Amino acid sequence: MTETFVPPTRLAVPGRIAVSEQAASEWQSATITGIRRETPRVTTFRLAVPDWPGHLPGQHLMVRLTAEDGYAAQRHYSIASAPDDSGQIELTLDHVEGGEVSGWFHTVARPGDRVEVRGPVSGFFAWPGDRPALLIGAGSGVVPLMSMVRHHRARNLTVPLRLVVSARSPEELVYARELGAETTAVFTRSAPEGVKVGRMAAAHMVPLLAEQPPGGWEAYVCGSNSFAEHASRLLVTAGQPVDRIRIERFG
Amino acid sequence: MHITRGFTGRPRVADPGLPPGQYNAGDHWPVLSAEVTPELAPADWTFRVDGLVAEPRTWDWEEAHRLPPSAYEGAIHCVTGWSKFGVRFTGVSLDAFLDTARPHVSATHAVAYAHTGYTANLPLADLTGGRAWIAWEYDGKPLAPEHGGPARLLVPHLYFWKSAKWIAGLRILDHDEPGFWERNGYHERGNPWEEQRYSGD
Repeated sequence: MTETFVPPTRLAVPGRIAVSEQAASEWQSATITGIRRETPRVTTFRLAVPDWPGHLPGQHLMVRLTAEDGYAAQRHYSIASAPDDSGQIELTLDHVEGGEVSGWFHTVARPGDRVEVRGPVSGFFAWPGDRPALLIGAGSGVVPLMSMVRHHRARNLTVPLRLVVSARSPEELVYARELGAETTAVFTRSAPEGVKVGRMAAAHMVPLLAEQPPGGWEAYVCGSNSFAEHASRLLVTAGQPVDRIRIERFG
Repeated sequence: MHITRGFTGRPRVADPGLPPGQYNAGDHWPVLSAEVTPELAPADWTFRVDGLVAEPRTWDWEEAHRLPPSAYEGAIHCVTGWSKFGVRFTGVSLDAFLDTARPHVSATHAVAYAHTGYTANLPLADLTGGRAWIAWEYDGKPLAPEHGGPARLLVPHLYFWKSAKWIAGLRILDHDEPGFWERNGYHERGNPWEEQRYSGD
């Protein structure tokens, strides 16, 4: 008996997104060409990657650092920049306490240094810009979402896109200068005068889900696990179908 | 090998239990899942084995708990780079379920599927011989929902995306069918000791 198994999946892998096997499996050398402070703890690193095959907003890559004795450490990072033809990509990294790889980037790296990268990898969290996107992020979870916002702007896309982003304070809001009318910022510890301090809540989701664009939202949630749990529950409670919520958790 | 200027890495002792490219996450147990954590009560949980088997069968929570208990104590390895040592899961060996369902001689692979719709493919040989479990306790306590509770598949010798959370069933096949991450560029098998992370590795 041979049957073609059709998985009972409600998690659509976007068929329109192809992950290149070759790009995902080969390490290549990347050169740091720029370093830009975003917040006291968060910095953007620009990398020239000569053979970068291109990516979609929301995809990530792996970075590998190698010590003189051959010891290597590798980590997954979301790509912050929009797809373009510059041959360069940007990563925005939190300075993780005791972080082996992020620690090197934040305390040692300077322009001209080389690291190895492979990717882009994974297509599930990617957004090609073809359907309305509701982006929910916290802290550095805004990084892959910013790639989507930048893509939306760079291509003058008219498909609806909204970003709700949570930060502890205005000083810790990553990409603060770049956020525009598409964005609602939520501050959990301190806020600008006249803005309420508090956790992301139903009140932020309900209006967005009450006025659904044609075809409905595709929701993208990114942040710590506890934030992802909280935000995805808010979305479900407000009526967003579970199979149209994609989650990237920063373990 | 390309040396990174100024990179020394963490102080390290040779750890024969750590597969290449992995680091020890210590007490930390990161949560990585692409979907909304389901609200799945034990009373609503079922586990089914069907496909190329002599006796397709569904077990509910109580029926599964009447099978002989079996524990795994050891390490787990995530494709994103962390490994976790000294973990202890309790549940039932997958052999107990497959002994009842009896896969046909032509069976070679399985697709594990979750109550959320998540899927992962595995060679049958990786699921038999005391190397895979349906696990519902971690460290003596009920498995937390975000880690796959009430019950998850546990195949600790492969990267952990194969250990499907909220396991709902196994479809036994005579061929390989890529699952969720495998269709998203991950490796068909995912052996951490051979660094089978992405297709093509």
